[in-house]
Amino acid sequence: MSTATPLLNVQIDGVWHQFPKGTRVIEACMQAGKFVPHYCYHPKLSSPGNCRMCLIEMGMPRMGPERKPELGEDGKPLINWIPRPQISCAQDVAEGMGIRTDSALVRDCRHGVMEFLLINHPLDCPICDQAGECQLQEFSVQYGTGGSRFLEEKVKKPKRVELGPRVTLDDERCILCSRCIRFMKEVAKDDVLGFASRGSHTYLTAHPGKRLDSNYSLNTVDICPVGALTSTDFRFKMRVWFLKETKSICTSCATGCNTVIGSRQNIILRQTPRENDEVNACWMCDYGRLNFHYVNSEERLQKPQIRTAAGLENTRWEVAMARAAEELKGFPAAQIAVIASAKMTNEELWLTRRFIDALGGPAHDVVPRTAEADSILLSADRNPNTRGAQLLQVCGEQPGSRLGEIAGKVRSGEIKVLVALGEDATQCGFSNEDLAKLSSLIVMDILPNATTASATVLLPASSFAEKRGSMINGKGRLQRLNRAIAAPGDARDDWEVLRDLVQQVTGSNGVYLIEDVFSQIARAVPGMNGLTLSKIGDSGVHLEDGKEVTAAVEKAPV
Amino acid sequence: MEIPAELEAKIEEVITHYPISKRSASLPLLHLIQEHFGFISDEAIGWVAKKLELQPINILELVTFYPMFRQEPAGKHHIRVCRTLSCAMAGSYELLNTFCKHANINSSTSGHGSHLLKSSDGKYSIEFVECLASCGFGPVCMINDDFYEAVSAEEVPQLLQKYS
Amino acid sequence: MIFKNIDRPGWTIDIDCYLKDGGYEELKKALGMTPAAIVNEVKVSGLRGRGGAGFPCGAKWGFIRPGETKPIYLICNADESEPGTFKDRYIIHQDPHQLLEGTIISCYAVNARLAYIYIRGEFPDGARILERAIAEAKAKGYLGKNILGSGFDLEIYVHRGAGAYICGEETGLIESLEGKRPYPRIKPPYFPAAIGLYMSPTIVNNVETLCAVKHIVRMGGGEFARIGKPNNTGTRLLCVSGDVLKPGYFELEVGGVTFGELINDICGGLRPGHELKAVIPGGSSAKVLRAGERYKLKSRQPDGSMVEHEVGLEELPIDFDSLAAAGSMAGSGGVIVMDDSRDMVWALNNINEFYAHESCGQCTPCREGSLWMKKMTERMLYGGGVPADPDVLKSVADHIAGRTICAFGEACAWPTQSFVEKFRDEFVAYGAKYGNGETGS
Repeated sequence: MSTATPLLNVQIDGVWHQFPKGTRVIEACMQAGKFVPHYCYHPKLSSPGNCRMCLIEMGMPRMGPERKPELGEDGKPLINWIPRPQISCAQDVAEGMGIRTDSALVRDCRHGVMEFLLINHPLDCPICDQAGECQLQEFSVQYGTGGSRFLEEKVKKPKRVELGPRVTLDDERCILCSRCIRFMKEVAKDDVLGFASRGSHTYLTAHPGKRLDSNYSLNTVDICPVGALTSTDFRFKMRVWFLKETKSICTSCATGCNTVIGSRQNIILRQTPRENDEVNACWMCDYGRLNFHYVNSEERLQKPQIRTAAGLENTRWEVAMARAAEELKGFPAAQIAVIASAKMTNEELWLTRRFIDALGGPAHDVVPRTAEADSILLSADRNPNTRGAQLLQVCGEQPGSRLGEIAGKVRSGEIKVLVALGEDATQCGFSNEDLAKLSSLIVMDILPNATTASATVLLPASSFAEKRGSMINGKGRLQRLNRAIAAPGDARDDWEVLRDLVQQVTGSNGVYLIEDVFSQIARAVPGMNGLTLSKIGDSGVHLEDGKEVTAAVEKAPV
Repeated sequence: MEIPAELEAKIEEVITHYPISKRSASLPLLHLIQEHFGFISDEAIGWVAKKLELQPINILELVTFYPMFRQEPAGKHHIRVCRTLSCAMAGSYELLNTFCKHANINSSTSGHGSHLLKSSDGKYSIEFVECLASCGFGPVCMINDDFYEAVSAEEVPQLLQKYS
Repeated sequence: MIFKNIDRPGWTIDIDCYLKDGGYEELKKALGMTPAAIVNEVKVSGLRGRGGAGFPCGAKWGFIRPGETKPIYLICNADESEPGTFKDRYIIHQDPHQLLEGTIISCYAVNARLAYIYIRGEFPDGARILERAIAEAKAKGYLGKNILGSGFDLEIYVHRGAGAYICGEETGLIESLEGKRPYPRIKPPYFPAAIGLYMSPTIVNNVETLCAVKHIVRMGGGEFARIGKPNNTGTRLLCVSGDVLKPGYFELEVGGVTFGELINDICGGLRPGHELKAVIPGGSSAKVLRAGERYKLKSRQPDGSMVEHEVGLEELPIDFDSLAAAGSMAGSGGVIVMDDSRDMVWALNNINEFYAHESCGQCTPCREGSLWMKKMTERMLYGGGVPADPDVLKSVADHIAGRTICAFGEACAWPTQSFVEKFRDEFVAYGAKYGNGETGS
């Protein structure tokens, strides 16, 4: 254990508190329950101190002889208040420091800054995406003067600048806080934004030869306190106060950035990152952030289907499940193969493993996805739950190592039944001709593809935003997805479909709640003993050694 | 972009003045480029950025901040008249108008963001600049690098003659 | 003393002329002293910065931690841009070696091995002159490695600005020197003597201040302190412009003249038929003084007691403390005289436009407020004034001063605050124009 950080005595609005040395003054105030309004300050970025909104009164202990603080009647140092207000975002607390967050001077400072920010600000609220989550709106109500004395013409600046492929900029709304510039330089390591011109005509820009196309560009939209930087994808789509906000995680790679899914009436409008210092700080990459449109696609599979002489026909779930069971019966394990997915939740993987066991242990694997990692958040493993798949024995140490063998056996006719769970076999080594050789192709998926087109039984399932469950990220953290929207049409939860498949094969009673599935996992995996889906919480739980597998996992009953 | 050897040599020499950080050479390089080409083109911005191992935006930020740098060519001769208090009291506004009249510059075309007024034949351009630090002897002006004090309206035509 | 060679007949700017006149003798003397001894002389001399802030030079030098291991830099602030000021120009163009010698001595005193002269871009000849002087000095061993065998190495380079007044602010200057937009830094923590150029301790001094150092070494700090008044020592280069018959630059003992003496005796008085109306005493950033005002000054008597007396503008001595007591500042020494023909709203508008142009735009109050104040005075001048204008002007200025990152906030607010307060009747009159239905031209 390192030596404890010393605690310093600080007086905030007349009350003495203690804070660890190194605490920023503005953070100390917030911890003491005194919110200090600010724009340019961000806890994850450097502090330029340029917005001047966080001005407060500051004082230091009055020093007596021998440089010792003079004490008052309460035994605490007397404070000499500095006549000039000070910013609170760029200094750390010091022993005996005094802060006033709500004096007449502080209120006047805030009036002044709010007035200055609004005089050239366009009256765009009715068309501005930031409305409802705009700090200019919020602070002008709480700390502003409530009227305008400005009679002049406002400064005009470029109004609809395509800063990059995903970000649209309105320079008139910009309050020149420089958060975006600092983020791109300090976090995204792509120094591409800057200020041009001077004085009140200063405007944010990128050089025409080098645009804002970083994979982290949309984080600037998150941290922009106003509606200057907007997401081109989300622009004009929805008023934010209509959004239902669901905490979840991103499933586009093994990092598992914590997110908020913004949806309305079962349509996802946007995803934004959620702060988790153990995973993604408060950022996420553009690729993962925008990777949700497919969920809203009109092509979503909505009805269970079975193949008849006329081709694939819609049917009812009972019929489809019965057909699946029928197709599986009579084939020994050696003639069956299961391709599962490392995009599945732990619960789904657990049930897949039970399914595999119930079938007598056919060849099985998941489909690997690797691509180049960046040094910021994006993992080289583009599957969100490879760890879960390994832990729960749906794949081996090397995901995908058995796919070639399975494909070969399908080609040779040795394998007659293929179960594809959430993966398109033609993307991992199987040709259409291979699939045509199968006597049974049972597919569970969400969007049509070459495999679903050849299916004999097609079971429509749910996307990541339509399910509750858990996943383990690449660093061994157990995190939870929450259901934001309902699956379209007759599509069902994957875990329920799998449970029903297992039931069809084994004939036994299934579990009724996903919590029960999780409990089974928790009992079997030592690192997860005692956990429940609820207890994972919104920030997840780090598993001591996510790779641990015991015999109990292999033999656990349904 | 064609950088003649002599200019390149000057640039290399200037960079040695900043042993701690090459970025410090941004302003001197921009001065050298503008002295040679007459203005700072977009290409030049990219060239300077590359030379100093910076991003183009880092140089664009400077070129647009400092009024002495221009992104379009000036006239063959560039006139700067001081507009600040002491010179204004001495008649610098009238002086600017006199210059415009004799140099055939349309002073009413000053648009937002453009402070450079040019004569249609490209011979002269004029700028109303801030205090040139010779307030006791106003109104003052500069033509190219030459400095003139106590410039009267009558002198303007022959002054312009010197620069043709 | 400092202006000894300005306009001197027969004087040329080459090093031979300077040497023949006894140049670089002070450098030799300084190199024979310890750096600490020189710092002490400067402290004893009471020299206050001549760039505008008037901060005691010895105290500034003393902020460098003894035993500092990071490299120390010295920057000569030759960005002379304060309206009304025109003194450094002459030192640079006519007596460059005096500046160099003062700079070298100062570098030795603070142990700086690398120095820059930041000269405003509009002095292209000045930059060439300084570069030539540096080459001459180097050739004769007064610069470069092992200066005059002392073991002290120093390189000085000339760095040209490009038209930004904010580069006269020491941390803005440092940012500009680093090749970035010249946004002044927040203090704390970026006090240059602790964290300056390249995040190393840095001393920034004005041209005139550095020249004074040479003379302090020559005569000793004590002698220097005998010139002028206690706490306001040495000579000052005063620049007078505006409605006087003989404007110009004058080297005078600090506190040695009053405004009346300066305007009427030295500068030949006002234009015939006119009365004094206003004086801006220390560059346009200084609060304006109105003719007819009375000021309460305190002076220390020989027996140590403080005596208060009242003076009018013409009897106000020109020194740091008196001007501060009068509610303004000695600033850069740029005195602008206005007579009764001058419209104060017009004058303030001209000044406001300067600050609106020169605001760097980094922090909210100055960026938005400076342009707002200019737009207001401009509207008033063109007949669009409304009765609320004088009060809104004052309120806006009050919301800028003391709330910004750097002193530019005060610099752009003080003119408005002082003009509106002291010439309120004129502002009210303009404010009534539109409200009355008169549209004015």
